[in-house]
Amino acid sequence: MAEPAYPIRPADIESGIDAGLQRVAAAIANEAPQKPRRAFLRSASIRFALLYGLVFGVSTILLAGSVRYSTLGILSRQTESAIRNDGASLLHSYQSGGIPELILSLGNRIHENPDDSAIYLLVDPLGNRIVGNMSSWPAGVTEDNIFYKIPIKHFTRRSTAEMRAYGLPNGDQLLIGRDIKMQEGLQIILRDAMFWALGAMIGLGVIGAVVIRSVFNRSLADIAATTKAIARGDLSQRVRRDMSGDEFDIMAETINDMLDRIARLMDGVRQVSNAIAHDLRTPITRARTRLEFAASHAASADELRAAVERATGELDGVVRVFEALLRISEIEAGARRSAFGPVDLNPVLTDLAEFYEPMADTRGIKLDTSWPTEVKVIGDRDMLQQAIANLLDNAIKFAPEHSTVRLAARLDNEVIEVHVADNGPGIPQKDRTRATERFYRAEAARNTPGTGLGLALVAAIAQLHQGRLRLDDNRPGLRAVIVLPRNLTKMQGPIRNPLRLTAAPESTLAGPGS
Amino acid sequence: MRILLVEDDKDVAGFVVKGLREAGHTVEHADNGRDGLFLAASENFDAIILDRMLPGGIDGLRLLETLRAQDNATPVLFLSALTQVDDRVKGLKAGGDDYLTKPFAFAELLARVEALARRGKGEGPSTRLVVGDLEMDLLSRGVKRAGQKIDLQPREFRLLEFLMRHAGQVVTRTMLLEGVWDYHFDPQTNVIDVHVSRLRQKIDKPFPTPLLHTVRNAGYMLRVEEP
Repeated sequence: MAEPAYPIRPADIESGIDAGLQRVAAAIANEAPQKPRRAFLRSASIRFALLYGLVFGVSTILLAGSVRYSTLGILSRQTESAIRNDGASLLHSYQSGGIPELILSLGNRIHENPDDSAIYLLVDPLGNRIVGNMSSWPAGVTEDNIFYKIPIKHFTRRSTAEMRAYGLPNGDQLLIGRDIKMQEGLQIILRDAMFWALGAMIGLGVIGAVVIRSVFNRSLADIAATTKAIARGDLSQRVRRDMSGDEFDIMAETINDMLDRIARLMDGVRQVSNAIAHDLRTPITRARTRLEFAASHAASADELRAAVERATGELDGVVRVFEALLRISEIEAGARRSAFGPVDLNPVLTDLAEFYEPMADTRGIKLDTSWPTEVKVIGDRDMLQQAIANLLDNAIKFAPEHSTVRLAARLDNEVIEVHVADNGPGIPQKDRTRATERFYRAEAARNTPGTGLGLALVAAIAQLHQGRLRLDDNRPGLRAVIVLPRNLTKMQGPIRNPLRLTAAPESTLAGPGS
Repeated sequence: MRILLVEDDKDVAGFVVKGLREAGHTVEHADNGRDGLFLAASENFDAIILDRMLPGGIDGLRLLETLRAQDNATPVLFLSALTQVDDRVKGLKAGGDDYLTKPFAFAELLARVEALARRGKGEGPSTRLVVGDLEMDLLSRGVKRAGQKIDLQPREFRLLEFLMRHAGQVVTRTMLLEGVWDYHFDPQTNVIDVHVSRLRQKIDKPFPTPLLHTVRNAGYMLRVEEP
């Protein structure tokens, strides 16, 4: 046979989990850096601080830039409009009174110029100064009606001015300007402030990085230590929590929850593998011993044949356990949802009752049945059949002779319940949650044939249908109830939840017959 | 009957070939898909036993699909360690007639192959089944033995019908479960035996010679006892 159709070994799961944890631990603890220079950048806290600094810096520069641009822009526009107004009114003077009037106006303006910021110069066509507070025509101003921003020599002091030239009809030229040394000073102040801010920001960024790094490290070191310990195989370690409720605390809690769940799963796997080991080892051992003994001791061919046949029977039992286990994991994986469709449980129940009735009859057990004419569910007919059959099988097996086994279905607005009730030994209250675990055998059932997988399979099937298996006390005996929702919600993907059994002490609906 | 076995495991193949030959069949064996396909396509067989996973590039499913594409309707029984329901459905969809999972009891394999091979022959629809002095009228749904009317429950009728259709062949409990009840699970108790023994009470008990025989380690067979 070339077909590897065996279930995942627990060791595979364990090593898989280990590998995963190791990766997590390595990722968190930043393990084994190949190059120290890269390791610095690989530190999440440094990266975080750098990113923080970068964002902070860029926004500061943008802010300062926009302040500078708008402030200087307003000042420059104000200067231009002052020059334009001056020009307009001086030209007006010229038009109303010619050159003498213009010279008079210029004289007044120069005289009234309080802070010496206004610049006027009237020159004749040859470039000789007629009137003005500037010594000579600046070389840079060559064209009329354009704003120039140029350095000038303002009699004795050097400065920068914004200026505009106006050509007069008689060939004279008028220059109007404003000293903008103050604006330049403001520009320098703003630039310096920006550099200072940048410097302070870098300094604060470095300090922030160091602080963040230490906070990160303090919070992550414990997580790293814990995950490392777990990767080494010590599943009992948990991350220490500071109970502050901050992100790190929440992460620690999440990690602890995850570890708890992994530990539970591992326990489950271990339990199941122990159970498998026991439940499969026993019949295999028996078969092996029987064959070995027969090989050396059988006195006749008949004796040998009998031994071989019994050993074969024991191996068949092993196969049966195997198949039931595979079936359960197949169902738990949710692989069979593809076969879901509308199923009327009425004929299913009728057929099953008819199927088991002769069996019950051999033990003098009366099969009492009742269900509505239509019991519609969405599900897998084969699996629902098997689930109910398993319960009936159990009930008939454990019910005392000449008692009654009840098979019933009932529905309300939300759920459909299928009841199978017997008056047998039942399952003690304390064991009910465990009863759907694989290989659970009630005390009373130790010596009856069975795989110990029946209820686990029923619970798995109920879960697949978004329902559950409830085990109630039938006083005396067991009432197993498959509770199925009438309306299935979205059913996609495999079932992630572990199989759970709700061992409600009593049914919410009154059981039939009680 | 002429049976083709395509199975790569030497031990399993050896036992199956030997067992089938002892049961009086002619057996050809191929241990890979390519040879299996060649044999299946070039010769006539009454049934093919086909392993799902085979070496040689052509697995059981491919082999069967190729065969069916050539309008070859030879009944095929899949033999496989793939037990998942989906695998079974896939096998049957590809044109398989029956599916048996490993490990299997040889008696089960033999019974199923013989049932398949005979079904392939197909005697056409009949309205009356006869085994010895037992008669079943499928139209009036009446059963008589030695002229005496026997009252059967509907399910007993179907059980007897199944047995009579397979008269002279071993019918296993699983075959009954699937054929009569359409159940595909393993009831852990001997429910089938109880049903058969009830039927036996009605058709055999009042009469001198039994027709319904238990075949040890295999199942049941309805046949006329050789004198």
